[in-house]
Amino acid sequence: MIDMRRTFRFGLLAGGAMAFLGGIGMIESFNERTLIDPILRMGDLFLYGTLFVIAYIAARGEINILEEPDYRAAETTATGAAVGFVATMVTVVYALLITAVDVVEFFPNMDEAMVESLTFEQGAPIGLALLGLASVIVGAVGGWLVSTADGLKQSISKVVGWVLGFALLEVVVTDIVESRDVSRLIYSPNGGLRLWSVAVIAVLVVYLSRRYSGRLTSFAAEVSNADSKSRLRRGVIAFLVFAAIVLPMLLGGILNELMINVSLFVLMGLGLNIVVGLAGLLDLGYVAFFAVGAYGTAVLTSPLSPTFSPQLNWWVALPIVFVLAAIAGLLVGTPVIRMRGDYLAIVTLGFGEIVRILLLSDWLTPLFGGSQGIRRIPGVDVPFLGEVGGTRPEFFVYLTLIFVLIAGYISYRAQNSRIGRAWAAMREDEDVAEAIGISTVSAKLLAFVTGAIIASFAGALFSAKVGAVFTNSFDVLVSIIILVVVIVGGMGSISGVIVGAFVLIGVLGGPKSPGLLAEFAEFKLLFYGAILVFMMLKRPEGLLPSVRRSRELHQDEMSQDAWLEKGGDFTADDAEGATT
Amino acid sequence: MDRVFRVCCPAVVAETSTQNARTRRFRFNWVDSFLWFIRISAIIAIVVGLTGTIQNFLDGQGPTVEQWRDLFVSSISTGAMYGLVALGYSMVYGVLGFINFAHGEVFMSGIMVGWIAAMLLFENGLWDANPFISLAIVLLVAMFTSTLIAVLTEKIAYRPLRGSPRLIPLITSIGVSFFLQYAFAGLFGVGLQTYPAPPGILSEDINVFGVPIEGTKLLVIAVAILAMVALWYFVTKTKTGRAMRAVAEDKEIAGLMGINVDRTIVTTFAVGGAMAGVGGLLWALLFRNVQFITGFLPGIKAFTAAVLGGIGNLPGAMLGGVFLGLFEGMGPLLVLDGLGIPAVSQLKDAVAFSALILVLIFRPTGLLGERLGSEDRA
Repeated sequence: MIDMRRTFRFGLLAGGAMAFLGGIGMIESFNERTLIDPILRMGDLFLYGTLFVIAYIAARGEINILEEPDYRAAETTATGAAVGFVATMVTVVYALLITAVDVVEFFPNMDEAMVESLTFEQGAPIGLALLGLASVIVGAVGGWLVSTADGLKQSISKVVGWVLGFALLEVVVTDIVESRDVSRLIYSPNGGLRLWSVAVIAVLVVYLSRRYSGRLTSFAAEVSNADSKSRLRRGVIAFLVFAAIVLPMLLGGILNELMINVSLFVLMGLGLNIVVGLAGLLDLGYVAFFAVGAYGTAVLTSPLSPTFSPQLNWWVALPIVFVLAAIAGLLVGTPVIRMRGDYLAIVTLGFGEIVRILLLSDWLTPLFGGSQGIRRIPGVDVPFLGEVGGTRPEFFVYLTLIFVLIAGYISYRAQNSRIGRAWAAMREDEDVAEAIGISTVSAKLLAFVTGAIIASFAGALFSAKVGAVFTNSFDVLVSIIILVVVIVGGMGSISGVIVGAFVLIGVLGGPKSPGLLAEFAEFKLLFYGAILVFMMLKRPEGLLPSVRRSRELHQDEMSQDAWLEKGGDFTADDAEGATT
Repeated sequence: MDRVFRVCCPAVVAETSTQNARTRRFRFNWVDSFLWFIRISAIIAIVVGLTGTIQNFLDGQGPTVEQWRDLFVSSISTGAMYGLVALGYSMVYGVLGFINFAHGEVFMSGIMVGWIAAMLLFENGLWDANPFISLAIVLLVAMFTSTLIAVLTEKIAYRPLRGSPRLIPLITSIGVSFFLQYAFAGLFGVGLQTYPAPPGILSEDINVFGVPIEGTKLLVIAVAILAMVALWYFVTKTKTGRAMRAVAEDKEIAGLMGINVDRTIVTTFAVGGAMAGVGGLLWALLFRNVQFITGFLPGIKAFTAAVLGGIGNLPGAMLGGVFLGLFEGMGPLLVLDGLGIPAVSQLKDAVAFSALILVLIFRPTGLLGERLGSEDRA
């Protein structure tokens, strides 16, 4: 029997979510991008994707293994369709209300144009009917998928994942191919995949996955199980390093620019990972150290630095910047040494804001230029290449990669060293750590100082790349986004930070820079918030967790019934879902 | 330099046991002396700044007595608003032991939706005809919205996390905060929305014991005091209030005593949200405009106020709010101006955060100390 009330509730939820997406203007602005030429636009993908997911969850709750498979399929499909129907009703009422009552004064996005975008630009009666039809079909498909065999389900999700991947990453593919004629073969001139290329991708994916899937998964398992010293693991690392060296040559300017942004966030993520992930000190003012690095470099190298302007070479300025960052780390670290958890978070947040306000104030304008910032920061002098700055992203990428390697090496060595174990002990229980003879004071200060120095790497590179520093690059938002990168990737895990930075900064975009999906610009912080909440609820250990961290978290879960049922059934599909 | 090195280098610290003992003594001295250095330099800076300002005042420079008085009144009214928002932080911290970062957004949501009500009333002419009834309607709308958002976030985001490691709900609340901010940015647009001008009666000065005070500010202070008294009555005298205090003391035992812990926690969020809604109306009266990021900074400041008064302590939160209002309103002119720093009003927020840091260094338990839910932290 279908639980009508439950289905109805899910329908209301789906309808509410669809109305919300429309109301914030997301559907309208996303619809400007075509994914598959005549049939699918990005806004529609999000609108019906939401409905699909909710219908799937609703139908999954209906499944009853005691019943006949055929009956089961009918039941889940019906549930999904019902969810779609209720959602349509909500959306239709919403659309009619918006047409009838003028609310644009209060909600600028709730206008005729939004109703148009919800109804496939067909106007009220036909468009609403189309909307209803599409919703019911999507809901029914979502419900039906629950009861299908696992193999089929996997094939479908793979095909959908790859097709959407190709469609969404059109910019990347075009940039790599570097020839419009070739990319025209796959993509239509209006943007979006051509219909027949969708078919080709689907066939290829099904064929290749049937053929190679067993081998690929066993290889992946072998790599992840291999211990850190084995030849296989080293081979994979060597391959990744090789790829990092070759890739920038293949990529065009835009993607290299993006790579630099991602690497800067990898750097800061690695630094924050030491503070938050390894030592367990939640620092919400991490951007302050980034600012110290950037402003330190700016003052020391730029000829336009207002008062004190030694005009040093970047490489000479670098060690001075490190010392400044270390001092900043000590200055922030010492007062907060006795504070725990939440208090630490709010005080470091305060420090971050104080630094920004001071940099902006008239008081320190003679030193840091205030709202004018400091301009004309020279690039980095590299032997044989001359000055490498933001105008030559294809070389600057290598510079950032070198620093990422250094920071990665520091984190890797620190993790398994005496101090790394001291951090782990301190993170788990500070009193016990103190009792077994770990000096928590020096361990904490060391974490702050290391983190600060790594952030100053990023700051120094940032100022050389942009060529100017302004205070608005250093607000709280940056700290929070670095934190999200670390958490989504997996606290305490180096590879996790790298994956997190690629997924979030690379795809969604950083605080000030666009990612691959430039359409997200307006809504990316909404996504950041939602991702953060979702990760904390469903997978607090992150995408690529460190073993110790996830054990710590799961130990806690054991006492919680609510999490037991989830119990780490995270599959590759989910990971794909998060990346696309 | 030697000491700094020892602090930074654990390899040296851990060499031998005797050296360990010696370095340990060193280390504590170093941290403590640094803290003492901060304390003493803060006091010196304040004293020097104050004398400078007094000197200026005697020389006839700087603000006049009337200006100081107006500044004092407006600082107190801003502080009263912070205090109301701080109550929400304090209550949630007392009961669940985590900082609800999203509380600033709960506050903002009340102002935002209240703005719709205010605009509708204004267009109908009710705003000018019946100012107090209109304000009451806006107040109800703001309180309802804030309560709704607070309860929803608790249900969706925080309840499943009960009993997880301490940082997890904190990080979740940061996510909720961002989600709400940008959801409101999407719904209402990113521009600044302006409330209609408050009715004429409020912008006139009213004499209180011979001192003229602007009507709006008087209303703000009166509303804050009323809300505080109502909350005080609710928490100390009613059965639900007693349940709340019991849950703050010990959730398990409270459950064994027949208290519905879940419902009590929801009530806590609801009451905190309602207080934020009242705070929202006060914000609207004082500053008249609202934007999606309006909640962020006042939120952090309200938390600062809660810490200042002693977190978990309700009168403390109110007192902390008033003190914070005074610090950030008067501090820049009173202390920093005396130190000869230009354009001190830019440093208002920096002063508020410095106050937080100094309070945690000087007196980690806050002005009134902790009464509810004394978690380990100091």
